[in-house]
Formats: sequence, C-alpha cells, structure tokens
Amino acid sequence: MSIQIWTYILVGLSFALYIGIAIWARAGSTKEFYVAGGGVSPVANGMATAADWMSAASFISMAGLISFMGYDGAVFLMGWTGGYVLLALLLAPYLRKFGKFTVPAFIGDRYYSNTARTVAVICALFVSFTYVAGQMRGVGVVFSRFLEVDINTGVYIGMAIVFFYAVLGGMKGITYTQVAQFCVLIFAFMVPAIFISIQMTGNPIPQLGFGGTTQDGIYLLDKLNGLNEELGFSAYTSGTKDMFDVFCITAALMVGTAGLPHVIVRFFTVPKVKDARLSAGYALAFIAVLYTTAPAVAVFARTNLIETVSNESYTSMPQWFKNWEKTGLLKFEDKNADGIVQYVADKSKNELTIDNDIIVLANPEIARLPNWVVALVAAGGLAAALSTAAGLLLVISTSVSHDLLKKQLMPKMSDKTELLTARISAMFAVVIAGYFGIHPPGFVASVVALAFGLAAASFFPAIIMGIFYKRMNKEGAIAGMVSGLIITLYYIAKFKLHWIGVEANDGPESWWFGVSPEGFGTIGMVVNVVVALIVSSLTQPPPQNVQSMVEEIRIPRGAGSAYNH
Amino acid sequence: MAAKDVKLYWKTNLRYLLILLSIWFAVSFGAGILFKEQMDLIKIAGFPLGFWFAQQGSIYFFIAIIFIYVRLMNKLDEEFDVNEH
Repeated sequence: MSIQIWTYILVGLSFALYIGIAIWARAGSTKEFYVAGGGVSPVANGMATAADWMSAASFISMAGLISFMGYDGAVFLMGWTGGYVLLALLLAPYLRKFGKFTVPAFIGDRYYSNTARTVAVICALFVSFTYVAGQMRGVGVVFSRFLEVDINTGVYIGMAIVFFYAVLGGMKGITYTQVAQFCVLIFAFMVPAIFISIQMTGNPIPQLGFGGTTQDGIYLLDKLNGLNEELGFSAYTSGTKDMFDVFCITAALMVGTAGLPHVIVRFFTVPKVKDARLSAGYALAFIAVLYTTAPAVAVFARTNLIETVSNESYTSMPQWFKNWEKTGLLKFEDKNADGIVQYVADKSKNELTIDNDIIVLANPEIARLPNWVVALVAAGGLAAALSTAAGLLLVISTSVSHDLLKKQLMPKMSDKTELLTARISAMFAVVIAGYFGIHPPGFVASVVALAFGLAAASFFPAIIMGIFYKRMNKEGAIAGMVSGLIITLYYIAKFKLHWIGVEANDGPESWWFGVSPEGFGTIGMVVNVVVALIVSSLTQPPPQNVQSMVEEIRIPRGAGSAYNH
Repeated sequence: MAAKDVKLYWKTNLRYLLILLSIWFAVSFGAGILFKEQMDLIKIAGFPLGFWFAQQGSIYFFIAIIFIYVRLMNKLDEEFDVNEH
C-alpha cells in the first residue's frame, strides 16, 4: 500500500478514537469542564500532561533543531524537562491544596486583589494564544505534507476535531483524549527511532545506540564530529553559543515550563496533594521517553544525511530527496555547476538548504523503513499538535468564563450558565486560534521567546513567592509581575521582532549581557523578584487571613477536590 | 497539629527541597553547562560526559529527584500526621 493510503487509514483511525472518547467523556458540570471532576488517576494525568506538553514543536521540530545545533540543542532538552522538577517540588502540591480551578484564581486570592487577577488573566490569554496559533499551524503543515491538501484545509480539519472534543468534553474530554494521543505520539516517535538505531549501531535502544559504535568500529559521535568538522561546522558535541546564554535560555525554558498555565492546571485534576507530586513524576517520565530519544534521532539522522548527500552527484540522489524537494523543505542550488551536492558550513559555498522539520518527517524514508512507519509519523505529529492545542484552548476558555466573567463581571451566574459560557468561550477560542493558524501573525514564530519568557517573568515568581514568602503582599506581587512582563516584552520586541529601534543596531552584539531574546525570561524573572521584594518591604504586610491561607496550603491534609466558590 | 510541629514539618520540607534542588542544579547547570568542558575530558563509551549530562543524564536525574521527593514527603506527611485520608 502507498504511503498516502496508509496515512489516511492511520490518521482516520486515530481521529475516530479521539471522537469516540470525547463522546464518552462529556462534561456535565463546570467542575468536570475545568478540572475533569478532580478524579483523574496520577498515571492517567501524567500521560495527559505529557501529551499536553509535547507539542508539534517537540514532536516534529525538536530533533531537527538539535541535529543542526549539536550540543547547544541541550537548552531544549534540559529546559523543557527540568521545569517539571520545579513543578513537582515547588508548585503542584501547594496549588493542588489551594484547590481552585485556575492560576489567575490563585494569584487573585493570594494577593487579595482583582487587579492581580486581571494581570494574570491577561498574561494567561496572551501566552496561550501565542502558543495555540503555532499548534494550529502545525496541524495544517502535517496535513499538507502527508495528505497533500492545502495548509488552510488542514487547519480547518484540525479546528473541527479540537472543537468537537474541547467544547463538548472540556477538561474531562481533553484529559482522556490526551491519554490516547500520548500513546499514539510516543509509538509514532519510537518505532522509527528504534529501527534506525538497530540499522546504524545494532543497539535497539536509541539512548544507548548513539553512544555506541557503527559497523566500522568507530564511535558514532566521534564519526559525526569528524564529518561536521570536515564540512566546516563545529564539532557536534561542542557548541557555538556563549555559555552564559546557554545558561539563561535553559533557565528561562525551565522556569517558563513551570509557569505555563496549561501545564499547571493539569495538577488541579488529581484527587490529592500527594497525587499532584506523583503525577508530575509520571509526566516527566513519560515526556523523557521522547526527550531522551530525540538527541539520538538527531545524531542518527545527521550522520545518515551527510553520508547520503555530501559530495554525491545530484542525479544519484534517492527518491526521498526528490519528494522533499517538491515541498520546498529541501533546496539544492548548484552554485559551482558541477552537479555535485556540496553541503558545507560556509554559506557562500553551501548548496543545500535543509529545513529542521525534515529530520523527523523524512527520517523513516531516509532509513528506508516500510510505508506504514512513514504514515505513523503523520498520525503522531497530529496527535502532538492537537493535544497541546486542546489544553491551551481550555485555559483560554476557563480564563474568560471563570476568572473574568464569574469572578469579576457576573458573580451571580449559575453553574449551568457558567458551563455554557465556558463552552461558548472555547468555541470562540477555537475560531480565533484557527484564524491565527491560517494568517499567522509575525510573532508566532517567536513563540518560544514569548510564551516561555513571559511565563518565566510573570507567573513563576508570583506563585513561588506566594507559597514560600508569607510576607509578600499585593503591591509587591503586582509591581513585580508588571515590571517583569514589561521589560521582557520590551526586550523581545526590540531584539527578536525588531518592532522598536533600528534593526541594524539590534544584532547579537548589542544584546544585554550577551543574552539572547530566548533567554531573557531569566533576567525578567530576576527583575520581577527584586522589584517585588523592594516594593513589598516598603508597604503593609498582607492581611492575617491571607497569611493563614498560606500556612494552610503548606500542609496536605484537608485538600478536598478542586472546588468552586 | 501543634504550632511547633507545623514549623518543624515545614523546616524539614525546606531542607529536602534545598538538597534536592542543589542536585537538580548540579546535574543540569553544573555538569551540563558550567563544567561541561572539564566533564567532556572523561568519556564513557562514545559519550563525552559533559555532553551526556546535557542531553541525557540530567533528564534521568530529574525523574529520580521527583520520585525521591515523593517518597520523602509521603513519609514526612505520615510522620507528622498531615497526610490525606
């Protein structure tokens, strides 16, 4: 059977499964809609969190990025896993004990202020919309590559599916769909990785394989270092980035992960405080399956690619080369007209442009794996994009219906009306996300800098200080969040998006302390903490009832399931 | 629970956090970034050690840290009788 038919079958089956689950897990109350009724087991929640977390970028782009960045790719690997330690140790158990539906609810209650709540809602909406637009785009891209439909048609199909189970099922539907999506995506990622590891190193475990030797008895990493250097790139296992920048990017991604509302909200769905800790552990273990495999895939694919194309004649290129040339993701330009592919570091001589995404998408074809494996990658990419999109849409709808309408504008709304508002907000969110997917605004490409930087500079410090520093008051927290946000936004607008100032003057040489926009969230976080501490020491301590609330959330006993009041 | 106990419970928790977060920092920022070059001089199989910590080892340690914390806290909660029923 052709790749095309296999893709239709596998994608169709997986979609039927998601819809089936959505119908089975309809939400009947706001509690089910916002936190799945608070009765999800830690293992299931771990899987759902993993699927929620691993986006189209993790599945499709990350291994490719690492394969071109070499050692520097570690910023993503450590950055997007290390945050779970912070979540499990510093955030999840206490927020679970606190027992509300959302992050803005915590900020609003802990800092006894609707201003703080509104700042938090705006941050949550902004972060989530930036992130979700990228996911919808990802759905469109996968559809267009594998099923040869228009990208926009792909976005519409994605919207329809997410619409169905997010609007109908809320958190309950999303959670159980995500469990299924985790299984699909991890299977789709691992099967090709294992096949290729066996082919190249004889070891079925990719994590060990890439430290092993190839048939000629040379360590694979040494071989790749050699290939890289021969072509003028730096050695694969050393990086090119400045150490302080690597430090800052890693820290910003870790802290940002722990501050992302769609990740935090998952820990409100388990029954107990100890389940919140445990489920963060499971989540990381499930995520690690992909995250420890990706660097191996990166090494296999890069070695394979260089050996197949470098200094070979263009006419002898295999079929996959031609297939991917058609998509524009692979471009060959014969600069010296010798008919031979020169892939080198020197930009003026390099003749081959390779898009990051090819590494995962074309890997099975490069390694000549059977057609069903190629099709599986499409189903996996879609599972990754859809699961993340759904989680984000839920945060958006909850922020609107619960934190804005119920808590501020229409406090008398009944549970039934609130559920309806939540569904309507989810519907609007799907439509807006789809619109952004079709007409991506310029800032979507900077999603990493924006979403993580802003989460790191705003939510994370406010929550941590709310739990661990009883004396922190509303003046301090609001001043901290606002200053962290503004300075980070300013930096990204100036040095990443070039909306402020003259682009020519804002290259890497003028970065503050040599920190790239992706790593600036770390600086923003420090600014937030410093401002918060100074302002709070100059103003009144928080009222007694807030201080007792903080003492209360530090002790596990007495946690009911997440509740609404 | 008496106020003194609450204090002791919280202090013990903070001590666990300090120790575990130091390990968290050491395996990622330490071995994988700040001392990467020195670590790379040691090789295990095909892996320069600093590179291994940055792309593999830190993640395994992260998982271990969380599960150790879960165990420590479950025991502590029981000891101070603040666990959930």
